[in-house]
This record gives sequence, C-alpha cells and structure tokens, in this order.
Amino acid sequence: MTTIAKYTLVELVNKIKSKEISAVDATNAYVERIQKSKKLNAFVTETLESALEQAKKADEINQKDGALSCAPIAVKDLFCTKNVQTTASSKILKNFIPTYESTVTSKLWDQGAFLLGKLNCDEFAMGSSNETSAYGNVINPYKNNNDDLVPGGSSGGCSSAVAADLTSATVGTDTGGSIRQPAAFTGIVGLKPTYGRCSRWGIVAFASSLDQAGPMTKDVADSALMLDVISGHDEKDSTSANVKKGEFLKNLNKDIKGLKVGIPKEYIVDNMPKAIQSLWDKGIELMKDSGAIIKNISLPHTKYALPTYYIVAPAEASSNLARYDGVKYGFRAPGKDLIEMYENTRAQGFGNEVKRRIMIGTYVLSSGYYDAYYLKAQQVRRLIKNDFDSVFNEVDTILTPTAPSSAFKIGDKTEDPISMYLNDVFTVPVNLAGLPAISLPGGLDETGLPLGLQLIGKSFDEQTVLNAAYALEEKIGFQSQVKDWWM
Amino acid sequence: MSINKETVKKISKLSRIASNEQFEDSMIKDLNSILTFVEQLNELNIKNIEPLSSVVEQKLFQREDVVKIMNEKEDVLKNSPHKNENYFVVPKVIE
Amino acid sequence: MTEKEFDYYLEGQTGKWEVIIGLEVHAQVTSNAKLFSSSSTKFGSDPNSQVSLVDAAMPGMLPVINKYCVEQAIKTGLGLKAKINNFSKFDRKNYFYADLPQGYQISQFKFPIVGEGKVILDMPYGTKEVGIERLHLEQDAGKSLHDQDPQNSFVDLNRSGVALMEIVGKPDLRSPEEVGQYVKKLRSIMRYLNTCDGNMDEGSLRADVNVSVRKVGSTELGTRCEIKNVNSIKFMQQAIEYEAKRQIEIIEQGGAINQETRLFDTKKMETRSMRSKEDAHDYRYFPDPDLLPLELDQDYVDTIKKSLPELPDEKKSRLMNDFGLSSYDASIIISDQEISTYYEEVAKNSDYKLAANWMIVELFGILNKENKEIKDSPVSAKNLSKLINLIKDNTISGKIAKTVFEDMIKGDQDPEVIINKKGLKQQSDPKELEKIIDKIVQSNLDKVEQYKSGKDKLFGFFVGQAMKETQGKGNPKLINDILKEKLK
Repeated sequence: MTTIAKYTLVELVNKIKSKEISAVDATNAYVERIQKSKKLNAFVTETLESALEQAKKADEINQKDGALSCAPIAVKDLFCTKNVQTTASSKILKNFIPTYESTVTSKLWDQGAFLLGKLNCDEFAMGSSNETSAYGNVINPYKNNNDDLVPGGSSGGCSSAVAADLTSATVGTDTGGSIRQPAAFTGIVGLKPTYGRCSRWGIVAFASSLDQAGPMTKDVADSALMLDVISGHDEKDSTSANVKKGEFLKNLNKDIKGLKVGIPKEYIVDNMPKAIQSLWDKGIELMKDSGAIIKNISLPHTKYALPTYYIVAPAEASSNLARYDGVKYGFRAPGKDLIEMYENTRAQGFGNEVKRRIMIGTYVLSSGYYDAYYLKAQQVRRLIKNDFDSVFNEVDTILTPTAPSSAFKIGDKTEDPISMYLNDVFTVPVNLAGLPAISLPGGLDETGLPLGLQLIGKSFDEQTVLNAAYALEEKIGFQSQVKDWWM
Repeated sequence: MSINKETVKKISKLSRIASNEQFEDSMIKDLNSILTFVEQLNELNIKNIEPLSSVVEQKLFQREDVVKIMNEKEDVLKNSPHKNENYFVVPKVIE
Repeated sequence: MTEKEFDYYLEGQTGKWEVIIGLEVHAQVTSNAKLFSSSSTKFGSDPNSQVSLVDAAMPGMLPVINKYCVEQAIKTGLGLKAKINNFSKFDRKNYFYADLPQGYQISQFKFPIVGEGKVILDMPYGTKEVGIERLHLEQDAGKSLHDQDPQNSFVDLNRSGVALMEIVGKPDLRSPEEVGQYVKKLRSIMRYLNTCDGNMDEGSLRADVNVSVRKVGSTELGTRCEIKNVNSIKFMQQAIEYEAKRQIEIIEQGGAINQETRLFDTKKMETRSMRSKEDAHDYRYFPDPDLLPLELDQDYVDTIKKSLPELPDEKKSRLMNDFGLSSYDASIIISDQEISTYYEEVAKNSDYKLAANWMIVELFGILNKENKEIKDSPVSAKNLSKLINLIKDNTISGKIAKTVFEDMIKGDQDPEVIINKKGLKQQSDPKELEKIIDKIVQSNLDKVEQYKSGKDKLFGFFVGQAMKETQGKGNPKLINDILKEKLK
C-alpha cells in the first residue's frame, strides 16, 4: 500500500487508467496513511468515507475518465467545497458549510479526482509557518534532530501532506509565497501561476490583487498536469485572464539549450546562510550544464517588495475580511447591540496575526494616511513590475533561491512579526508583478533539511518555467528523505 | 509616523475589533515595528509614477442583464448563526 | 405667467437667512438583474428570496458587472448633458452595517463614469440651471427592519447589490420649491430615458439632502448637515425647512453647526443626529481589486447617444416653437413622460393648443381633485381628442364641452355618445336661431327701445335670453351675429 502513496500523480493516474490498481486501493493507500498521521495535523476536515465511496462507485461502473481519474486529493481549506466545512483555518468560519464549489476544485472533480479532505493553513492564509491556524500547528515531515519544524506557510497543511504522502497532489494558494515557501520547506514542487491564470471564484479571499491558486506536487510533471486541469478563463472572476488554455504536461520538455536565465544580484541578501548561496550556485551550474545561458541581471527595487507587500496585502485584507461579522455565517459572539456584537465576534473570532493585518490595513487606508502608505505602495508596485518587464526583454526566466532559510523550529519566529515576514523576501516580488514562479527541491542543507530553488517566468509563460524546472529537476535528482517517523 | 494608544483605539473601532489594554499594548508595539519597516518606501522618489492596482491587462468583462436564480432563501440563510424563517437576525440597531 | 422674484428667505432674529441645498440623489437603475450579480431586482418579493451568493457576501464570491447597468448610467449621463468618462473605476467604500453584507459598498469614488452636467428648472421667476457634479454607479444595501422585535433587528438582503446611480448635484438649490422641481425634473429625464422608474414609494428614488444656511449677502458656505435617505419630495421639503430653522436658531444663539449625518423623523417632523453613523466618516476608499477599470469606446458612447429619445427640454422647445404653446404650458406637458405621451396622443389627432388647455385646466383639475396620476386618467386620450374636435368643428360649444367632460369622467364615455344621448349638439341652424331671436325681440320691445337709445349693456340680456331658449346649445357666435343684425 505504501508504494501506491509514493507514486507521483502522473504515475498513479496512469496505473488507475490501465487498471493496474483500483480506485479503492489507491484511495485506501492514502486513507490509511492519513489515519496514522494525526500528529502532523495536516487536515482540518477529513472526507475519507465519501472518498472511499466515490472510489468504490468508480470501480463498480468502471468510470476511469478524466485527466485526474480517481486521484484522491486533499485541498487547502481556503477553497470553498460544497457541503464540506470550509474554515480558512479560522475560528470565525467555524461550521461554515458552503452551498457551492470553487471553480478550481470543481475542475479537479470534473477530471475524476476525489476529495480526501481540507488541509490546514495559516488563518486566512496569513503567515509563513502555519502557526497562525486556529486548528493548531502543522508539523513538517522533516525533522531537525528532535525538534518539530514548521512546514512553511501559509499552505503548510498542503506541503506537509504532499511530502508525507497523505495526498497524491494538492492545490494551495499563493499571495506572497504561500505555495512556494512551504514547498521549499518540505522538499516538494510548488507552482504559483500567473495572476489570472486560475479562477479565484470560491476561494476565501486574502488579498485579491495577489491571491492565486496553484499546484503543490511531488514533481514538476505533476504540477504541469495539475495546472492543465485547474487553469482556464472563468467569467465569474473579472480578473481571470481570457487567454488560451495551455497544454503544459504535453509540452513539457527538458531541452533548455539556449534558454536565457537571469541571476538577479539583489537576491543576495544579508545574513543569507551559506547553504542557500551554495544551493543557488549549484543551480546555476546545473543550468549551464543543460545548455542554458546565464546572465547577471538587476531588479533594483527588490528590497522594496516586502514593505510594499505589507501595505497592499493588509489593506486589501482589511476590506476582504469585513464580511466576517457574525451575521451570515460562522462564529458569532454575543453583544448588547449590533456594534458590540461585531466587535466581540471579530475580537474572539480572529487570531492575532489576522487582527494585526486588519489593523495595519485599516490604518494605511484611513483618512490622512492613504497617500503616504497605500498610494505610495501602489506606485512602488509599478516600479517592481517595471523591473521585471525590462529584464524579461533580456532573459527567459530568472533563477533564485525560494526562501532565505530552511524550515525553522515551531515558535522560533512567532514573537517578531518582521522576522516572520522576511521569509517571503524572494517570493513576494513575483506576486506584486503577477508573474508565474515555481519552487522545486534543490538539495539539503547541512542538517538534512530541504531547500528550494525558484524559477520566475514571464506573464502566462508557465511553460518555460515548467520546462526549466523539469530540466533542473533531472539534474538535481532530489530524493525525498521523509522517514515516516511519526507513524 | 508612530502609532499611539489613541490611534490603536481608533483603528480597532474602525475595524470593529473589541479592544482592551493588553491588545492595545501589543498592537502599539507590533504596528509601530511594521510601520517602521514599510516606511523604507520613503527612500524612493515616486513622483509621477502611475499607481498599479491590478496587473491584469484586459478589458473588464461585462455580463448580460439576465436573471439567474443562483440561490434559494434556505441556502442564503443556512449558515447564519442567528436567523428566523425569513431573515438574518442581529442585535437591535440603534439609528 | 407673470415673472415673480425669488423670495425664499428665512427670517431670523438677526435678519434674513438664505438656505443652501445640494442633493445626492440615489436612483435605482431599471434593469432585470443586479449590478454585480444575476439575481432579480424585482420589488416586493419574499424577504431574502432574491439574494445570490454574491449579494450575501459568501466567502470567495466575486462581482461581475452588468453591461446594461453601465449603458443605463451612460444614457442618464447624456440626458444630464454631462461628460461621459471613457475611463472609470470601482472603489470599495468600507463601513460596517447589518444590511451591508460585504462590509463595503462597491461604488465609484475617484473616477466616476459620468462627470459634470446640468439640469434646467422652470421656476415662476424664470429658468434656473442646477449643476451636476457627477454621476456614479454603486450597489444598494439591504434593508434592516427594526420594529418587528424588541431586542433584534431583521435583515433582508433582497435589495443588496441592486444598481444605483448616485447623482451628485452642486449646492445650487435655494428653496424647498426648487428642490421639488429639481427632483421632478431628474425623475422626468430618467423616465423619458427609461433608466429609472422614479417610483419613490418603492424607494427607487431617494436623496441625501445637504443643508446649510448663511446670512443674505454672505458668499461663504456654512457648515452643512446631511439628512440621509429621504424618500419623498414632501419629506425633503419639510426636512429642509426644519433643518434650516434649526441651524439658524443655533447660530443666532451663538452656537456652531456640527457637520453630521441626520435622520428625518417623519412622525415627529424633525431631523435628529444619527447615532449609527457617528464614526462612519472614514470610509477608506480604495480601488476594488476584484474588478478592472471600466473603459468605454467613444464609438459605443456615440451609438448610445444617437439612440436617445427626445428629452424634456428638447420637447419643450418643440412644443413652443412648432405649436405655439406658452412656456408654462409646455413645461407642464413635458414634466412627466406619461403626461407628454398622453398629450401627444390627444394633440396629434386634434389641436395642439386646445389639447394643452384642456389637459392643464380640466383634466389636471380632476386628477388633482381625485389624487390620481395621468396613467389612471378616467378619460382616455382618444376620447379627449374627440371632444376637442367636436369643439373645433362647432358641434358643441366650449361651455357645453365642459358639461360633456363631466360625464366623460364617469367611465370614459365617448363624447359623441353623450352629446347624442343628451341632445347637447350645438344649435347652429341660422334659421332656427333667427326664429327664436325674433320671438325674444317681440316680447321685449321695451328693452329693444332702451338698447337702441344707448343702453349697450342690454345686449348681454338678449344673448342670455337666446341661450336660455336654446338650453345653452345655441351657437354663441351665430346668436351674436343675428342679434346684432336684428337690433340695428
């Protein structure tokens, strides 16, 4: 059984389609592991029984169509799923059961996948370690001696579940690095598509101009397959891009001879661990080996990306989260009048990080401060995008580390919000510019923890990013070091 | 710019988040450190730079004026923590 | 109409005060579906039965704009002779309220779809131009019901997300009378365009009224108060009178006006400060990241412009120039699209001037008395035009016509049927009339003597006698002519 759970998504679907394994066997493989993996706390809600029922039915009627035929898949608890509790890992959405299904997840089910459950994440996707969840920390399947490590965030349940073989693949969301950084922390692949590539309809919003759903998988080919399924124009999302649907898996190609790869000097940051620098150097060398042309480039406004992000994202969040007021759904605390009910509900329903961001977002939009903060951040956002636009005249993709460190100990950075925010220093610029980027495992640090390499592409050029990652993946030959210690 | 207790109170009121002494103290600390961090932007000359609010470069899609029943009353009220047969129920609003 | 002078000044203890009024009119866009969702806009449905996932602000729901609502806003803008902005944006206006499920209203703040325009009012003291600052599209909120339960309020989201046009007028209005005319004119323009039904009872048209006062002669604007959500012209006028007096009293007693949002209590007939809006002034507008800018091709705007119907002001000058109607009559006819449609139907088959007279004097007299709208007129346009034609071809006199009209209003009867049934046809046979007049002359020879010796006034006596003999049906002109001949 354990071997089934170790298959890549592409392998699994092929074996199911060729009837080498049944849908029930495939589902059972994950169900058994999930039941033995409570310690990782990757799930907020499990739907194991209904997954097994669906699998049984698929076997009975021999229904094996679809690009994801009978693949058991758990998704981040930010995607609204019809008749299945959706919490965004917040107390304020406790017991919320949507009557609708998000566009992205309905595409999964349309292609034959089954829902295994909803994966833990940082509350409303605000965090880089999964420590802000109202449902507790998620634990990284990688361990540093005896210390439990964070799985990254905000899609920490996703990264942990994929790395621990609790799901064949998953979809997360990435607002400032929430797919890529946890992917890097757990030795898996995470792809943030171009803003607008996947519909945001039915995804609990954090920062609407930055949020984007994307795959988190065992390897690059799986990400290509998942992107094939979940991408596409959606008239229900006005920011969804009306572009031709790619055929990413079909066009996946290791030949990157002549590919121009940019190395931005601004991504060398103070106090960057040696392991990260040598990982990056190794990546550059391997790209060269594959015939790519390395170019040194400059993205001069890189250091302003995080400050910009920490104005734009909280501002949008402060407004997006206004709807959680105890009236229509979720948690309500009593109050003697309407205002008191609102204030109590939101004080008790939201966790500290969410409150901080709502407060900062409210402040930067409030009268007298709008120009000094919000407007200025939007102007700098333009400069950051211009940086990328101009280097993409010279290069096809950009190679950087995904995160400035490997997975850290639980509790290490919860005291100081800024030190936590700095985790996203390499991932945030991509969201501000709306570009696609992938993180793939690049190797291990001196303590045996995985590190990620990031490839950034031009708008709607996920194919180049996937191809470059595919080539690099082969050269690196990363093998999962997860030891099932918690079982 | 630095945030004091009064400002924290004002912002928590605007955000509709009940506030107490402990909350205010921790917010003063956190918000000031975040503000100091984001104020790095003041180093930049951003005169005449067009603000960027969306990276999407396409025309706004406009739908036709057609009524579609998307929801039933039961569905709309289903998740409400306090409702009756027809309405969402909230503590009395004083106009 | 004699030209009067403007005279709405309020007398305080320290002298005369002028009232400065500006309106923000909220007009519900006539459309099938809501501005950003596909649920119905129908009025009067079961509570919470027209609420989509978007309207209820379910997590992850996104707005998609209704094309027709955009077109309606453009049409209205063109009707207000305003600039249509080819680039506009949607912003979020953030505040918490029970009937605002998103916690923000999608509106247009920095870049509205329509810019400056104007509205012309016909006042007894001449025409007056009122400036329009802007028109923008926004979502309506739901409804809170406060009086059904002692502890709780109930929320109905049926209206939530319905498209509104907020028409922001400049503070150019100076009296309750002008406010009334202004609202009527806006409503009339929108009804001509079919962009808003203007039904104030159903809340399709309501206004926030900004009021300030200043001493006559002063040119500075005083601090204003905003009276929220007033939904009838009468209430607007009453609220303004109350509010202006309140402000004058405060200032004259040495106080200062607090800039605030107030509510007009229609039972107590007074305005009072709204507690729920106390800290609502910081709306934290910012561009809605769920939407993109609304860009309009000039060709598209031009096509709409070409398709516009004749608007009240244009129709008024046509009626004056082509058919010789007075400015006063014309302005009444055009004041409402239903009136003008009725009028055109009567006039095109009869006579433009007579039609205007009959409608304004007789028909409106009845309608006012019975408190009815033109659409409920007891007399159809067809029958009124018949009646006018009967006057024109001398079948009946104007005076008889009035009696016929009184019968017509009892169930929209054909005037010819009434005339025939009651034998009211005008006596226009000169020989018959001559016989009658001869008889009168013979039996009043003494009066004939007196008349001939200079007592001219007695002519009226003879006319009266002739009318009496013909039971009022004698053709007045013929009677006159014959009498003049006989009494020579």
